[in-house]
Amino acid sequence: MAAPLRQKSTPVKEIIVYIILGIWALINLFPVYWMFTFSLKNNEEIFGDNVAGLPKHWLWSNYSEALKTGHMGQYFFNSIVIAVVTIAIVMIFAMMATFALTRMIWKARKTMNAFFMLGLTIPIHASIVPIFTTLSRLGMLDTYAALIIPYAAFSLAMGILICSGFMGDLPIDLDEAACIDGCGTWGIFFRIIVPLMKPAVATVSIYTFLQCWNELMFANIFCGNAHKTLPVGIRNLQGQYMTEWGPIGAALVLATFPTLLFYVFFSKKIQDSFIAGAIKG
Amino acid sequence: MTKLYSKKSTIILFILPAFILFVAILVAPIFASGYYSLFNWNGFGKKTFIGLENYRELFTSDSINFMKALGNAMLLAAFSVFIQLPISLGLALLLGRGGRKGERGFLSIYFIPVLISTVVIGQLWLKIYNPDYGVLNVALRAIGLEKWAKIWLGDEKTALGAAFVPILWQYVGYHMLLMYAGIKSVPPEYREAAMIDGAREGQVNRFIVIPMIKPIIKISTIFAVTGSLKSFDLIYVLTNGGPDHATEVPSTLMISMLFLRNRYGMGSTIAFLLIFLCFFFALLIGFAFRDKEVVA
Repeated sequence: MAAPLRQKSTPVKEIIVYIILGIWALINLFPVYWMFTFSLKNNEEIFGDNVAGLPKHWLWSNYSEALKTGHMGQYFFNSIVIAVVTIAIVMIFAMMATFALTRMIWKARKTMNAFFMLGLTIPIHASIVPIFTTLSRLGMLDTYAALIIPYAAFSLAMGILICSGFMGDLPIDLDEAACIDGCGTWGIFFRIIVPLMKPAVATVSIYTFLQCWNELMFANIFCGNAHKTLPVGIRNLQGQYMTEWGPIGAALVLATFPTLLFYVFFSKKIQDSFIAGAIKG
Repeated sequence: MTKLYSKKSTIILFILPAFILFVAILVAPIFASGYYSLFNWNGFGKKTFIGLENYRELFTSDSINFMKALGNAMLLAAFSVFIQLPISLGLALLLGRGGRKGERGFLSIYFIPVLISTVVIGQLWLKIYNPDYGVLNVALRAIGLEKWAKIWLGDEKTALGAAFVPILWQYVGYHMLLMYAGIKSVPPEYREAAMIDGAREGQVNRFIVIPMIKPIIKISTIFAVTGSLKSFDLIYVLTNGGPDHATEVPSTLMISMLFLRNRYGMGSTIAFLLIFLCFFFALLIGFAFRDKEVVA
């Protein structure tokens, strides 16, 4: 996109701009680069004269150490299970609610929508004591459900918000046609609307995934033992099993690479899911 | 069709799963927290009703020192609004003008820290700050500034600042992305018209772009302030409120009340106050921005 009317900045000014942009890029990339490189080094290299360079000996054994001694494999699995089930619940509940909120005809639907949108601003802090005491009374602490249910609830508002945007764009004629062909409400919902919601599914899934994958406070309190997620496992790493930095680095990389890998391929989509939430919220 | 879509039982069936989950996990606990905050309660035994005693103790007790924790959070909010947001805005303006090489690349790089788990960020910065082997002190020694090397997170004087840096750094990319999206939605004709009238880039930004993205700056400000009040993850990983409560924030205080001291009533009091403060500041900031829009 060339804008012909743009004033020509002086070359000196442009160079300064690029230097600023470049320095900030380095500040953002360095921790990630450093994490990847020290995950493959031993302490001597990390602490010695090769603090920031590429590893001299690529120590892949750090990774097996992190998986075995650090139990990262288990935490990784827990995080995946929790994220996948949460996404499924949010998707189903949010699409159903959105269907009722955007297409069906009833008086209180505006109010109901506003009510759900309150969820965008409610901090998780309020829920900790009531949910913790309820879970412990039900004997549900340290189960997958202990995290899945709260995570699903807290992603619901955003799910409905994003789904509303997409579902509002689907013409009501679709429903009419299906209705004439003899579809009931459930038929219209499952056969016509849901298959058309793929872009919304992607956006909501990304958003929900990042919420669950990175969350620490609930995870730390509700699932402290057998069902630890990655953030809790990582938080407990320091000093506990390992004085070697390499395996800790490997654990950090294991927790980070799924997100970064997604980001490499879907950076625009991921950025859009953040923008969608903020601008409308 | 109208008949099909007005059927009460179907509507209820569609809305109910989301509604129940939402009320049970988000709405009811707010009231429950407000209720618990009026009791002296260790979490499993009998609750003793004490009225507003928890609130009085919270604001007056020197051993809890809630005001210090709240002060730290407010300081973080101030840094967010006056340092983090201006950096984000500056970067967004540089990139959003368009026509610079690598625009998308820079944008995508700046957003990376937002995606990485705060716990991972925390662990990385723990290593950066490590007094003996951390990159920061190693670099300071290497360029001969040995006496500047410090036990960053272990010294009461530097701990708070050292803990704030990663928090502020991590979300610059987030605010920048929002502002960038806003800047991109400013019609290019406005910019061109101003340029024809002889406005320089700085003037275009100041008088056209920034006023037009005010709603987004408002949202960013609300997120920055409420996010600071709620801040937990990075402080918890880096210092857990220490040394000697120097980096305590309301959330870390709440967790230690709940799970170290088993004071569930007091923990609920802090939680309830936090929610109140978040709503209060969101409204206040919304109000402040609305006022200015009328004047301008």
